Amino acid sequence: MKHHPRKQPGTLLLAATLALLLNTTAFAAPRDELLAGYAAAAKTADPAFAGFSATRGEAFHRQSFAGGKADTPACTSCHARDPRTSGQTPAGKAIDPVALSASPGRYADPAKVEKWFKRNCNEVLGRQCTAQEKGDWLSFMISQ
Amino acid sequence: MKPMQPMNAITLPYRPIALGLLAIAFSALVFQRAQAGGSHYFPPVGDPVVKEECGSCHLAFPPSMLPASSWKRMMGELTNHFGDDASVDPATARHITNYLVSNAGDTGGQRYSDKLLRGTSTSKAPLRITELDRWVKEHREVPAWEWQHKEVRSKANCLACHAGAERGYYDD
Repeated sequence: MKHHPRKQPGTLLLAATLALLLNTTAFAAPRDELLAGYAAAAKTADPAFAGFSATRGEAFHRQSFAGGKADTPACTSCHARDPRTSGQTPAGKAIDPVALSASPGRYADPAKVEKWFKRNCNEVLGRQCTAQEKGDWLSFMISQ
Repeated sequence: MKPMQPMNAITLPYRPIALGLLAIAFSALVFQRAQAGGSHYFPPVGDPVVKEECGSCHLAFPPSMLPASSWKRMMGELTNHFGDDASVDPATARHITNYLVSNAGDTGGQRYSDKLLRGTSTSKAPLRITELDRWVKEHREVPAWEWQHKEVRSKANCLACHAGAERGYYDD
C-alpha cells in the first residue's frame, strides 16, 4: 500500500467493523427472528410461557410418540440421536447433522424450517408441533 | 531469397502433436457416444429447485427414468407421495412438473431411457421406477438380504450400490 496516501485509518476500521457486523447479523437474524416468532406464538398460547429450553428440546428430540407413523415414532427415527452426527432417511439417503455447529448453514431460511416442521411433526407426532415445541427443539439444535 | 534465422526458429514436432490431438479427439468422441448411448447413463437433475425439493429424502431421480405421464401423475398427488406428505407450494410444483415433463423418458430424455422404458405402457403412468420391467430384470440377481442391509434400506437408495448415481451413472 506504499503508493496510497495514508489517510483516515479510522474510516477503514469503521468500515471493516460495519461490514463484519452486517455480515454477522445477516446470518444470525433469520434464526433470531424465527425464535422470536415462536416465542410470541407460545406466549399467546400460554401466558405463563417463560422462554425456550434446550434441555426440554433435547428430551423432545429423543422422545417416542404414538400418534404418528409406526415406522417413524421419534425425531431420532431419521435424525441421529446425537444431533452432531448424520442421520438417514427411510429411503436410505444421508441427512446432514441437525446441530448448528455441525451444519452451520441450517435454520437460516424460515420457510424451509417451517416446511420441515410441518412434514416431520405430522409424520412423528401425527399433528403439528406447538410453537413451544419448535422453539425448544430449535434452541437445543442451536446450542449444539 | 532472404535467409531464414535457423538459430532462433523453434522447431515444433508437428507430426506427434497432430497424432496426439487426433487421438484425444477420437477418444472424446467415443466417450461422448458411450455416455449418450450407454444404457446405464441417465442425466442427473440439473435444476437447483428440483434437486432440492426432490432430493432431500431420496436421490433426485433422473427425469428420463419415467415417462411424462408418470411425472404428471406423481406431481398431482404429492400429499400422498408413497405414504408421505411431500407437498410443495403451487408455484414450486409447477416449476418442478415442467422440468420433469420436458426431460421425461419419452420426451427430452428418450435417447437415454430407451431400454429402461421398453415395454412400459405410458398410459399406465407407473410411479415406481423399481417396478419397471426392465428395472426388475436388471436387479433380479440382487439377493433379499442386500436390500435389507442397513446401508441400503430401500430400493430407492441407488447410491448404496451405484457409486456414480448422483452423476448419472448406474453401471453395475
